Amino acid sequence: MTTASLSIPRSRRVGLRAAARHTLAITVRNAMRFIRLPQLLIFHTVQPVIFLLLFTFAFGGAIELIPGVTAAGGYINYLIPGILVQQSVFGSIGAALGLTEDLRAGVLDRFRSLPIARSAVLAGRTFADLGRNTVVALIMVGLGTAFGWRPAGGLGSAILAVGLALLFGYAFSWVMAAIGLATKTPEAAEAAGFLPLFPLVFASSAFLPTATMPGWLEAFANVQPISIVANAVRALTIDEGARVALGLADPASLVVQALLWIVGIVVVCGPLAVRLYRRISG
Amino acid sequence: MWSSSHAVRVRDVVKTFGKVTALDGVSLEFEEGMVYALLGPNGAGKTTLIRVLTTLIEPDSGTVEVAGVDAAKDPVGVRAAIGLAGQFAAVDDYLTGRENLRMVGKLYNLSSKEARRRADEVLERIHLTEASDRQVGTYSGGMRRRLDIAASLVGRPRILFLDEPTTGVDPRSRLDLWHLIEELVRDGTTVLLTTQYLEEADQLSDRIGVIDRGRLVTEGTADELKAALGGDMIELTVEEAAVAEAAEAVRAVIDGPVEIEMPVIRVAAPNGADSLTAVVKALDARDVHPIDLSLRRPTLDEVFLALTGEGPSGVRDRAA
Repeated sequence: MTTASLSIPRSRRVGLRAAARHTLAITVRNAMRFIRLPQLLIFHTVQPVIFLLLFTFAFGGAIELIPGVTAAGGYINYLIPGILVQQSVFGSIGAALGLTEDLRAGVLDRFRSLPIARSAVLAGRTFADLGRNTVVALIMVGLGTAFGWRPAGGLGSAILAVGLALLFGYAFSWVMAAIGLATKTPEAAEAAGFLPLFPLVFASSAFLPTATMPGWLEAFANVQPISIVANAVRALTIDEGARVALGLADPASLVVQALLWIVGIVVVCGPLAVRLYRRISG
Repeated sequence: MWSSSHAVRVRDVVKTFGKVTALDGVSLEFEEGMVYALLGPNGAGKTTLIRVLTTLIEPDSGTVEVAGVDAAKDPVGVRAAIGLAGQFAAVDDYLTGRENLRMVGKLYNLSSKEARRRADEVLERIHLTEASDRQVGTYSGGMRRRLDIAASLVGRPRILFLDEPTTGVDPRSRLDLWHLIEELVRDGTTVLLTTQYLEEADQLSDRIGVIDRGRLVTEGTADELKAALGGDMIELTVEEAAVAEAAEAVRAVIDGPVEIEMPVIRVAAPNGADSLTAVVKALDARDVHPIDLSLRRPTLDEVFLALTGEGPSGVRDRAA
């Protein structure tokens, strides 16, 4: 028994190249679900479409009276950046749902019994959700354009703007992965996942300028990441005059702030999620 | 000293979940090339032990060696040597059977081409080739189980762990699964399986460990366990008027006490089915027509009763 340990090799780690292949295989597996069950994609699209219609037609008339919004060339130009961020962040809840469903079905047990990188399962989940979010974002861009959205900064800025919103949603899917692995059932994960989302999305500049909020709420809304990212996306897609009228910083500095939030969230929640995944006790 | 021929070597493994002691000092070892069955009721600790052996959870204390690899020091090494089919068929409904297996192949670092070939090979082995291009959502429960076992075979495991492979499937699928497991064993795969059925453990395994309340109660071959229990019983029911004649016929072919509880006759069947055949012939010769005649295996309850002097915890809890 004691001499045995001498002949046992040191713990093998899964190499980076192999981890990338495992991540790809699991991403494809998860993405296939959206392709084979298109109703999932439709469901994910319907909700931001309803938000778009409600905000445009129910609140749009009133919101357009706000000076900065008028300057932006109508509410649709203010709203679409917010909708892109909202859609992407709400979509991140897919990570919590997908992982808890896999846990319930025993799929995570199978993955955890294979000689693969532990991060591959989580990365494969978040990448597949990023792919789905991208499809939904493109649909929203198309719809927005039909409703009169005209990004002012040119194609490059528009692509950067959409990409930034998607990246933020991607970062948030690591938060949701951690929430899912901590709560363990799809029902609890959904409830817990939406809990931070509603205050973050609504107490932000996503749909409305924060200036009309009470001072304490405005102070929170101005510094929290969803406002930062929505403002960055907005600054990239509205003209200079509207940006100044809305009191937004210059695009470059907003983009940098948004990227810092994105990196910060992944750096904190990524390892946390992997740790929770390793310790699933069932 | 250490030997690679040990499939599993577990010493004093303890695992608690909060206040519940799932494994209370389990020690167990068996060699490669054999089938080991863990027999026990619900909640006995079977699944927890499988989860410890497959590196899904770490024990609180004790040592675990699987395929000669220390699970605490080199879990990835253990994972490379094993296959696991858990209690739920962990396959994706929206993928075809072949796609499910190809994905697992890629997770074993096979190229696309190798993964496809390996999937075909395994599908053939589990007799699912025909259904392989259908989405798994259309499969029966038994087919899903077979596909799940197939997924655990993709990595050519040295040791296969099957957690209650036949629980919840219909009797026909159970037989199919038994045949499949027997084929795998014939091809040289070492298997550790868990079951709640003595009959299943008897049918499939070389060695049986009886587990209850997180402890290994006893261990032995099916024959040893049966011997401890007095083996199979023949139960014969005849018209009351014919009981004496029937008892005479039974005594003529079987040594041992014949228990009569009007109008049922019970006797040990030392040679199992052969004893039954002998009884049938003897009855026939005397023109005695049984109303009912059966060869009865000891039930799990009787195993526990005989081994521990009390019923299995899980079964008793369920009955309560």
